[in-house]
Amino acid sequence: MNTPLRRVGLAMLLMVVLLLANITYIQMVNADDYRADPRNQRVLFDEYSRERGKIISSDGKLIATVTPTNDRLRYLRQYPLGAAFAPVTGYYSVRYGSRALERSEKEILDGSDDRLFVRRLSDLITGRDPRGGNIQTTIDSRIQQTAYDAMTAANYTGSVVAIRPQTGEILAMVSTPSYDPNPLSSHDGDEQEKAYRAYADDKLKPMLNRAIQETYPPGSTFKLVVTAAALEDGVTKDAQLTAANSVQLPGTRTDLENFNGGHCGPNDQATASLETALALSCNTAFATLADQLGADKLRDQAAKFGIGQTDLQIPMGVEESSIGPLPDAASIYQTGIGQRDVRLTPLQDAMIVSAIANGGVLMRPQLVQKVLAPDLSEMSKFDADELGRAMSTSNAGVLRDMMKKSEENTRGNGKVNGLTIASKTGTAEHGTDPKNTPPHAWYVAFAPADNPQIAVAVIVESGGNRGLAATGGSVAASVGRATINAMPGIGGR
Amino acid sequence: MAQPVPVGAGPATATGQGNNSSPGMQPVAPTRRGTELWMLAFAAALVTSALTLVSINQKQELTIQILWYGLAFFAVFTIAHLAVRKWAPYADPLILPCVALLHGFGLVMIYRIDLAKAEQALARAREYAPSAPKQVLWTAIALVFFLVVLFVVRNHRVLAKYGYTAGLVGLFALALPAMLPASISEANGAKVWLKLGFFNIQPGEFAKILLMVFFASFLVSKRDLFMVAGRRFLGMELPRARDLGPILVAWGVALGVLVFEKDLGTSLLIFGIVLAMLYVATERAAWVVIGLSLFIGGCLVAFSLFTHVQQRVANWLTPMDKDLFEKLGGSFQIAQGLFGLGTGGMAGTGLGAGRPDIVPEASTDFITAAIGEELGFIGLTALLMVYMILAMRGLRSAVAVRDSFGKLLGGGLSFAIIMQLFVVVGGVTALIPMTGITAPFLSYGGSSLLANYILIALLLRISDAARRPQTGSRPRPVQQAPIAEASTVMVERPS
Repeated sequence: MNTPLRRVGLAMLLMVVLLLANITYIQMVNADDYRADPRNQRVLFDEYSRERGKIISSDGKLIATVTPTNDRLRYLRQYPLGAAFAPVTGYYSVRYGSRALERSEKEILDGSDDRLFVRRLSDLITGRDPRGGNIQTTIDSRIQQTAYDAMTAANYTGSVVAIRPQTGEILAMVSTPSYDPNPLSSHDGDEQEKAYRAYADDKLKPMLNRAIQETYPPGSTFKLVVTAAALEDGVTKDAQLTAANSVQLPGTRTDLENFNGGHCGPNDQATASLETALALSCNTAFATLADQLGADKLRDQAAKFGIGQTDLQIPMGVEESSIGPLPDAASIYQTGIGQRDVRLTPLQDAMIVSAIANGGVLMRPQLVQKVLAPDLSEMSKFDADELGRAMSTSNAGVLRDMMKKSEENTRGNGKVNGLTIASKTGTAEHGTDPKNTPPHAWYVAFAPADNPQIAVAVIVESGGNRGLAATGGSVAASVGRATINAMPGIGGR
Repeated sequence: MAQPVPVGAGPATATGQGNNSSPGMQPVAPTRRGTELWMLAFAAALVTSALTLVSINQKQELTIQILWYGLAFFAVFTIAHLAVRKWAPYADPLILPCVALLHGFGLVMIYRIDLAKAEQALARAREYAPSAPKQVLWTAIALVFFLVVLFVVRNHRVLAKYGYTAGLVGLFALALPAMLPASISEANGAKVWLKLGFFNIQPGEFAKILLMVFFASFLVSKRDLFMVAGRRFLGMELPRARDLGPILVAWGVALGVLVFEKDLGTSLLIFGIVLAMLYVATERAAWVVIGLSLFIGGCLVAFSLFTHVQQRVANWLTPMDKDLFEKLGGSFQIAQGLFGLGTGGMAGTGLGAGRPDIVPEASTDFITAAIGEELGFIGLTALLMVYMILAMRGLRSAVAVRDSFGKLLGGGLSFAIIMQLFVVVGGVTALIPMTGITAPFLSYGGSSLLANYILIALLLRISDAARRPQTGSRPRPVQQAPIAEASTVMVERPS
C-alpha cells in the first residue's frame, strides 16, 4: 500500500502547489488590479487616514479642510462654508464615496497623482506621512455666498452660474436647495447614513447639482441664440418681424401667443424690429424668425455656443444640452422661443451670455484655478482655453446693445446706478399642463455691459414664490443682479 | 508491505531524553518528545509575537484579556504535550507543534477580526458578541476530546472492529440535519446544523471522521474483492461492475449531502477522501478514473438542477462582474476576499493593519483571505507550508505503520487535511467554486475544531504505533524481503 500512499502524497503536494500558484497570481501578478478596484474600500480607508488636501476659493477662503482626530481614520474632512459650496466641493464619505471636486480631483487631493510622486518619495524617506495636494478653485466665495443667500432667502429652487467671460473661470456655481456635506464625512457611520438618507429621500433633491446635472427649457433666453443666428445670417437689428398677437403653428390648429397675448410694440404697427422684438421678448416674431432661418442655421448657431457638446468637463462632467430634433416647421416655431425640446443646463445658458460678452468668443468653463502642492507651491495653473468663435465681434456688439434695451424693459430689484447690465429674461413653460404649471424663471446677463467682467445665468424653478404669475424679470432678475453686484470692483466700487 | 522503522534510527538526531540507553542493551528508540516541546515553545513564541503585533497595530494596550488568551493557549498545548508524552510517547514530534501554530494564528486572527467588528458595531451603536472567547472555550472542549481519544484509543487497530458501527453512526450524523426541520438545522442557506439552544454543532464534521474509520476498515476486510480484475480497457483493468457498489454509495451520499443540505464543501470532501482511500487500498488507477467520471457527472447534474450551484459557479468564473457583485448571494464576498489578498500583496499590510473585516465571514470561511491580506503572500505561503508539513508527517506515519488499517486510516486522515485546505483556500482564491467549509484549526467554529482535534489525536496514535519499537521478546529479524517480493539483481559475469 505504500506506493499508492506516496502517490496520494504527490497528489497532496500538487494541490498545495496549485494553491500556491494561484496565490502568486492573485497577490503578486494581479495585485494592483485588485488594489485599485474602486469597489475595494480598503483603498478608501487608506486614503482616509492620509491628510487630504484642502479646497480653497479664489479669494483664499477654505471651503474644504481637514482636522486631525483621535480615531483610526485620523483626519476628519470638514466644509467650513457648508451647503452654499456643496455643489463645488461635493462630499467625501467613507460609506458613500465622493462627489464633485472631491471626486474629480481625487488624485491630487489624496496625493496619489503622479505629479506628487517625488514629494511622496521624499515623504517616505523623511518618514513624514504623505499628504495630498490642494486645489484652488475659480469660485469667488463672496459671489458664491451672495448668490446662494439670494436664492435661499426667497426659498427658491434653482441654480446660479457666474462666469468670467474672458477666461471661462466659473466664479459661482450655486444649486438650491443644497445640502450640508459635513455629516456625510463624519466618522460616525450612523450619522453618515442618516444624513445621506435624508438628502437622498428629499424630493427637492438637494444633492443634485442643478447647474450642470439638470437641463431646463430655456424659454426666451434662447432668443439670444436665435438673434445671434439671424445677425450672423445678415439680418440686421432693424429688420422687421411680425408684431401679431399670435401665430398659428404650421400644420396645426394651435396658436402660439405673445406673453399675455399682447401685441409686439405699438398697437398700430403690423411689424416690429428685431431689436424691439428682443427687448419686448415677442414670441410671434421669434417663432417666425426661427422658421425663416431654418433648422440648420439654428442648429449650427446652437452648436457654436456649445449646445450638444457631450464631453464638457469642468472637471466634473456636464449634462448635455440640446435643441432637440426639429422635425417640422411647428417645432422650429416653438424652438425659436426656447420651448419644445430645447433643454439647457444653467451652465450652458451662462456660457451663451458669456460668449456674447466676450466679443463672440466662447471660452471653456473651468472650476480649477491652481493645483498646489502640499507645501502650497504651485504645481499647475489654469489656462484660458478657447472653445471657438460663436459670432463675429461686431455682431456680438450689436447683440450686447440689444440686451441693454432688454434690461431696460426688465423689472425686478437690484439695479444699481452707474452699472449698465446687458440681459435677457426667460419664462419657460414646462410640465404636462404648461398653462397651469408655474413657469421656470430665467435671467441671463453680463456686466458692465461695455467692459464685461461677469456673466451670469439664473434659473428659479417653477415660478419661485410667484406661482403662475412668475416671469424671469419678476423672480430671477433680482437674484442675477445681486450676484453681479457681489463681483468685487464692479460698477466703479 | 510494511516499512519497518529500524530501532534507534530516527531521521534526525534525537534530543536528550528518550535516548537513555543502558549499556549492554539494544538502544531504545528516541521518543523525540523533547523536540516536540521545543517546537511547541517555538510555535508559542510566534503566536505571542503575532498577538503583540495585532495589539500594537490596533493601538490596544496590552490588556489582561490578551494575557488570558495567551495563557489559555499555553495551557491547552502543555496539557496536550503531557498527554502525548504519557499515552503516545513515540508519536511524531512535528504534528502537535504544527497544529499549535495553526490554531494559535487562527485565534490571533479571530481576536483581531473581533476588534474590527467591535469597532464597527460601536460606530453603529450596536452590540457585538466577540468570537474569540467562544473559540477559546471550544479549544478547551476540543482538548478534552483530544485527551479522551488519545486515552481511550490505545491501539488504533481496535477501531477497525467498530467499522460498521462507525459507518452507521457517521451516515446518521451526516443525514441528521437533512431530516430535521429547517428551524433547527439551517443557517446561511446550508442545512448542516444541529442548533441546540446555547450552542450549535455541525454533525457532518464528525461524520467525516467516522466515515473514514468505516471506509478504512471496510476496504481492509474487502480489499481483495476490489482487486479482482474485470475487463481491460485502454490499458487499465476495470473493476467488475458488481464491485462498483461502495463507490456508487459514496457518490450517492455525497450527492445527497449536496441536494438535501446544500453543503457543497462536505460533499466534495467526502467524495474526495473516499476516492483517495479506495485508490490506496486497491492501487488501481481505474478507481480514480471511475471516481472522477462520476464526480464530473455529478457536477454537471448538480449544475443543471440547482440554482445555488449555478450561482456559485458564476461567482467563481466572474467574481468582478458588476451585476454579480451587487446581487444578493453574488460575488461580493469572494471579490472582497480577492481585494483583500491583492491589497496585502507580497508582504501584507501587517497584522492588525489591514481591513479583513470587510469580507463577510472573515473569521470562518474567509480566514485565509484575512491572513493573506495582513501577512501577505509570504505569510499565506508559510501557512500552507505548515499544513503541508502536518499532512506529510501524517502520511509518513501511514507509510511507516505496519498494519493496513492504520495505513489506510492515516492516509485518509492526512489527505483529509489537505483536501479541506484545497477546498477552502481554492474557494477563497477563486481557483475552484466557493463551497463554504472551514480551514482546519484556523477558522472560528466549534464543530470543525473538535473534529480536527479528534483527527489529530488519531493521527498521533497511528504515528505512535509507527515509531514505537516492537514489543515482546520476539527478536527483530534482519529485514529481508520475502523471496517473492525480492527485486531481481543484475548479475554480471566476471570477465
